[in-house]
Amino acid sequence: MSPLLEVATVSKSFRGLKAVTEASFDVAKGDIVGLIGPNGAGKTTIFNLVAGVFAPDHGQVRFAGRRIDGLRPDQVCAAGIGRTFQIVKPFAGLSVLDNVTVGALQRAQGVSAAKRHAAEIVERLGLGAKRELPASSLTLPDRKRLEVARALATRPQLLLLDEVMAGLTPTECDQMVGVFRELNRAEGLTILLIEHVMRAVMALARHIVVLNHGEVISRGAPEEVVRDPAVLECYLGEEAEV
Amino acid sequence: MNLRIAGLLALLAAALVALPLVASPYVLSVATLILYFAYAGQAWNVMMGFAGQLSLGHSLYVGLAGYASAGLFFHYGIGPWAGLWLAIALCTAAGAAIGFLAFRFGISGVYFALLTIAFAEFTRIGFDHIKWLGGPGGLFIKVSQRETWDLANLRGTPEMFYYVMLALAAGAFVLCWLLLRSRAGYYWQAIRENEEAAQALGINTFRWKMLAVVVSAAMTSLAGVFFAFYYNNLFPEQVFHISRSIEIILGPIIGGIGTLFGPILGAAVLTVLADGITELLAALGLEIPGVKQVFYGLVLLVVVMFLPNGIWPTLARRLGLSK
Amino acid sequence: MPWDLVLNVAIAGILTGLVYGLMALGLSVIFGVVRVVNFAHGEMMTIAMYAAVVLFAAFRLDPFLAVLPVAVAFFAFGYLLQAGLINPFITRPEHSQFMLLVAVAIVLVNGLLLAFGPDARNVLVDYQLESYAVGRILFDKARVFAAAMAVATSAALFAFFRFTRTGKAIRACADNYLGAKVVGLNVKRYYALTFGLGSACVAVAGCMMILLVDVTPSLGPAYTLLAFVIVIVGGLGSMGGALLGGVLIGLSEALAGVFIEPSAKSMFSFALLILVLLFRPQGLLGRKVS
Repeated sequence: MSPLLEVATVSKSFRGLKAVTEASFDVAKGDIVGLIGPNGAGKTTIFNLVAGVFAPDHGQVRFAGRRIDGLRPDQVCAAGIGRTFQIVKPFAGLSVLDNVTVGALQRAQGVSAAKRHAAEIVERLGLGAKRELPASSLTLPDRKRLEVARALATRPQLLLLDEVMAGLTPTECDQMVGVFRELNRAEGLTILLIEHVMRAVMALARHIVVLNHGEVISRGAPEEVVRDPAVLECYLGEEAEV
Repeated sequence: MNLRIAGLLALLAAALVALPLVASPYVLSVATLILYFAYAGQAWNVMMGFAGQLSLGHSLYVGLAGYASAGLFFHYGIGPWAGLWLAIALCTAAGAAIGFLAFRFGISGVYFALLTIAFAEFTRIGFDHIKWLGGPGGLFIKVSQRETWDLANLRGTPEMFYYVMLALAAGAFVLCWLLLRSRAGYYWQAIRENEEAAQALGINTFRWKMLAVVVSAAMTSLAGVFFAFYYNNLFPEQVFHISRSIEIILGPIIGGIGTLFGPILGAAVLTVLADGITELLAALGLEIPGVKQVFYGLVLLVVVMFLPNGIWPTLARRLGLSK
Repeated sequence: MPWDLVLNVAIAGILTGLVYGLMALGLSVIFGVVRVVNFAHGEMMTIAMYAAVVLFAAFRLDPFLAVLPVAVAFFAFGYLLQAGLINPFITRPEHSQFMLLVAVAIVLVNGLLLAFGPDARNVLVDYQLESYAVGRILFDKARVFAAAMAVATSAALFAFFRFTRTGKAIRACADNYLGAKVVGLNVKRYYALTFGLGSACVAVAGCMMILLVDVTPSLGPAYTLLAFVIVIVGGLGSMGGALLGGVLIGLSEALAGVFIEPSAKSMFSFALLILVLLFRPQGLLGRKVS
């Protein structure tokens, strides 16, 4: 079966700085893939390339067999990809429920249907008690949940999560992991996540792709990747041992 | 909408409908003015309050609509109910042009505001050269009578104009209420709050911003038609002037951008206070032109500094009304 | 059209444009550093013109001499305006800041109307009627002096930003607000200083302008728009751009007035603004703002 997402030898430079160089990897349908690497490795750039924020200089991005590189972000969402932002972007003046309703309107038939769907998702992410509160009043962990809820409301087939665990306590982190596991199991939601919090990566990801200096240096199952010398070198330096 | 608000609204509606029966001609004219600014403010609010695009050139639409309908009436005797279709078409086109140019080229914020000002100013000077519409000397419509209601030609008593404006203002209120609850309302507010996040949720921000601009322009055009037939004279220097644009936005800003009641409240507070000051000064034997404008400026200053979201949100909280 | 007429008009336009440039320079400095859209800029220019009128009427003070007290007064006014009114607004949304200055502008322009009435006022000094002649080309003395003053003031400002410590600190604040704070610069004070300097520029420009045109309160909004057109055409944050923009606008206004029609002057400027906003928003000499 062909992969849901194919990133094919994608390159992107910004004013001479090579952010991503000939990166390739696939995400199979129903899989959870972790994208890891040191800061500045190009992870968010890859996300932005997939999500349509900008187009690659070279290479292609294919989703469900169809080329999506060069599409606008809203078109990418319509194709079935949802994303969160590393620095959360809530609709501050709107309530939690309204925030998620905006997302739900993407596939819902009307406002009432969207609101109903949004309410379900809000409950699922543990924000039910705060649904009428303005988004600006939420704590950071709740804002992260809101970000996820909003993206989920668009009924994506693939969810791009950009460092959602950052700033969460281990308990909160485990809760989030639980939510994603459930979504993946029950609805077959495919997930590609950028993460620094190894706890979450090891708990969630069935495959890992490692980026360094814009290039893919390793990929495979978590156990293999963490023992890969190339990976250890980029994180810990040359003299490190397992 | 909760019961308290609905009740208050019903009361307000009843009071407004009954007003001409008890009001003096002066009060009636002030009330008409308040409704005019409430309407125009509501129209502007769609662009700014809902979609977050600051327009400081709305006088463009008032002027275009006014001249279009007045021109047709003056030269061909075509009544305002037919003329308003041309007005709406022109304003929609103008709004679409400005929106397209701005959004295609990624102009926003201050630059967008300046663009709107530039278009209005450009048109102001341009119309000075249109002889067919009277040029700088102005375009005058004949006031055939003020006794009976001639709705077809909008010639008639002050009461008639009052009710026409009341209908428009009420209509705008209902329209904005419906818009806010619709997909458009959600999408516009999302764009206003964070355009990037809105895009990531599947919203074609260009298309929806265009819609906000076009709806706002089309709504404002009706104010222009009313303006022409109420005042019966149009001068490019006056009608397109930036002061007209600023007058339109004062209501919503003072009352509360993005709210339904903001424009109405702001228009009412501003007009009543301003006229109050003029009356007070007159009673003291002083007649100072320009004091009204200074007053507007000071009120705007105070509101912007201390009540950045306008009067309505604070008032609503105090009165225990939600949203 | 006789070439010497065109040349005379063009030169007059360029010289006037230099004074426009100084006014716009004030705005560029303010907008470039403090990032506040000074919607009251034109009104401030108009007040400066009236100040020169009043000083002339009361003390027969030549505008060139009036420059000093007016500039000092404006510096203080600008400093206080920024420190007292605008600084608290830095973190507010853009349209709030904008509205604040719109409010100030409304109060100022109508205050002027109340104080001076709508009639035009001016100063009358001898050299306004004299000119230098080079062949068939005439240089109005007043225009030449005013332009020279504009250039001198601009050069002084440029030197200040380039060579003094305070000037460099201000540039640092403009380039990177957070970074400047991190290295311990009292950014708010520098903002106030900058607004003061920008206002002083306007003061000088106003004193010079009154030698060239009569003043009415309605000039306020017109000059605000003109200043923005110039700054945007010339390029935000570029001091040379402000002067270049001013010269271009002055020249095009003068030529449009001669070839098309006097009232078409401003139309041309607005058309230029629209074109620049669409196709080269960073202006001719400006840097691209992210």
